[in-house]
Amino acid sequence: MEKFRKLTSHVVPLAEKDVDTDQIIPARFLTVIDKLGLGEHLFEDWRNLADGSPNPEFVLNRPEVQGAQILLAGSNFGCGSSREHAPWALMDWGVRAVISTSFADIFRNNSLKNGLLPVIVEAEAHKELFGIVAQDPQAEVTIDLVSQTVSFGNGHAVNFPMDPFAKLSLLEGVDQLGYLLSMEGKIAAYEASHDGS
Amino acid sequence: MTDSNPSPRTMLSKIWSDHVVAQEPESPAVLYIDLHLIHEVTSPQAFAGLREAGRQVRRPDKTFATMDHSTPTLALDLNLVNKMAAAQVRQLAKNCKEFGVTLYDLQSDRRGIVHVIGAELGLTQPGMLIVCGDSHTSTHGAFGALAFGIGTSEVEHVLATQCLLQTKQNSFEVRVEGKMDPGVTAKDIILAVMAKIGVDGGNGHVIEYTGPAIRALDMEQRMTICNMTIEAGARAGMIAPDDTTFEYLAGREYAPSGKAWDAAIDHWRQVATDEGASFDRRVTLDAGELEPMITYGTNPSMGMPLGDRIPTLDQFSDVDQRQSVEKALKYMDLEPGQSLLGHEIDVVFIGSCTNSRITDLRLAAGILDGRKVAEGLRMLVVPGSQSVKRQAEAEGLHEIFLKAGAEWREAGCSMCLAMNGDELEAGQYGVSTSNRNYEGRQGKGGRTFLASPLTAAASAVRGAITDPRTLL
Ligand code: SF4
Repeated sequence: MEKFRKLTSHVVPLAEKDVDTDQIIPARFLTVIDKLGLGEHLFEDWRNLADGSPNPEFVLNRPEVQGAQILLAGSNFGCGSSREHAPWALMDWGVRAVISTSFADIFRNNSLKNGLLPVIVEAEAHKELFGIVAQDPQAEVTIDLVSQTVSFGNGHAVNFPMDPFAKLSLLEGVDQLGYLLSMEGKIAAYEASHDGS
Repeated sequence: MTDSNPSPRTMLSKIWSDHVVAQEPESPAVLYIDLHLIHEVTSPQAFAGLREAGRQVRRPDKTFATMDHSTPTLALDLNLVNKMAAAQVRQLAKNCKEFGVTLYDLQSDRRGIVHVIGAELGLTQPGMLIVCGDSHTSTHGAFGALAFGIGTSEVEHVLATQCLLQTKQNSFEVRVEGKMDPGVTAKDIILAVMAKIGVDGGNGHVIEYTGPAIRALDMEQRMTICNMTIEAGARAGMIAPDDTTFEYLAGREYAPSGKAWDAAIDHWRQVATDEGASFDRRVTLDAGELEPMITYGTNPSMGMPLGDRIPTLDQFSDVDQRQSVEKALKYMDLEPGQSLLGHEIDVVFIGSCTNSRITDLRLAAGILDGRKVAEGLRMLVVPGSQSVKRQAEAEGLHEIFLKAGAEWREAGCSMCLAMNGDELEAGQYGVSTSNRNYEGRQGKGGRTFLASPLTAAASAVRGAITDPRTLL
């Protein structure tokens, strides 16, 4: 997993609420057997018009968001299926953090396992961020995982919650599988006391 | 039991603590998984991870795989799906062989949608902790199990260690009082729950369904309810096991038998939530007030009783909510305030892990018997498993469907997520018994109305959205 400490970037604003994983990466692109190249199809059906040409209205096609590493999303982002292809596609496109007021549970879990940081902010800061980006699409936002803060505008900073275990894994870039494997003794003991009972 | 007067506990709490392998401070719990179900779409990268690290599947005996998402339903021939889908299906066979996992492959008479076969094989049992790389794993909670969907990284974790790191969710009781009228089904209950609590109303929670209307449901209807629980954002849905559960399980392939059966029942009876246990949140519904439901928008909570009109935008006080309904109606090409009864449709899909079991097919066949699908309308009936298919054929249901002019297919996910070529065309309207009406879910540009098998079948007959009570 990729490490995450601190990130400064301009943002991609996508105000819509309840964005589901079928929009993030439509099912017809799930036939892959690896994780690569999914960014090409990120938001495919919103990105392209019916004739296959890029939809100039859709935010990902705007020149000013190119290179952005932060997605500023509406509430309940990532609802729907458990497909980890959703965070893979976002990361493959270049997104390293998503800021919203809330996330769907499985999407959040999947993101944390890949080094994609889900950042939950209060409604007020969320609104303010959208305002800042509307004014200046190049406005930079800094996310600091160590201090769990998002800073933007003129030194304005807000805190975000993060469970300590996930935080440590992200800071060190360690896969949680290592932790589970280190529990071997306890797992074996659990099996010994439950199997065949 | 050491405490002579233990405080009452929820089913969630009991199953959770029964499965804790380790719990260190500042860390999520390490939970033991009793049953891990696998399918072709969310597992290849997990097996690849094992292979790269030279690891084994820790408990192949607790791991079962099937092929369902991208498989063809016209005939069991991989040449019928695109090359990548076929390669993914073959990769699953290769992985299962290499790692010693039981696989119900394309030729198996026990194959089907992963959440349909888990129950019908008796793999799903009360008190278990069940996971699968699929959000609708919540289906299995109908048996009084804690069952939830996981991502591919977690699939790898479970393959390697049979364990998962989890933080406990809050408990949420949805109590359904009263008794349903004829023409109203479990699908209508869950669509009504969705409309009431919203598409994120269950976030951070596990929902337990209680009350007389739930107790009166058979296992298949209970599965429909738990299945769609994920659509409200809840991680899992559950229903306490009772005699209905035990009768369903008795004699199934993987269910315990003989002495072990009696011991299992004793254990299973302990699983239910204790009288007086408290939940973090509660909502009550009266089944007697419910009518057949239909969705009008692009998430499953945008639903209403069939006879109602689509809400007008000023009915939404929340600006974001208003904007999403507005956008949804634009995609659906529908007007606020419009009635959906009589709205013309192009396709009817009966299938998916929500409503593709034998009782669902019987409901649909009951409406279609002696009737025809409307001219120009396409109707697909896709059984949830090969076993459901055999049962339906033994009862002659397939003949009713075929005579009516519907297509009768092999088991699979099919048009529920349109990965295998079964899909709506752009602009088409479909009434579907599946679980998601997201934009493009059933085919790029397709528009989905979610409803019960009764409503879907009645709408197929009339070629337009129809109240099934007019055809009962
Ligand atoms: S039927 Fe639909 S919801 Fe169920 S497992 Fe298949 S794709 Fe998922």
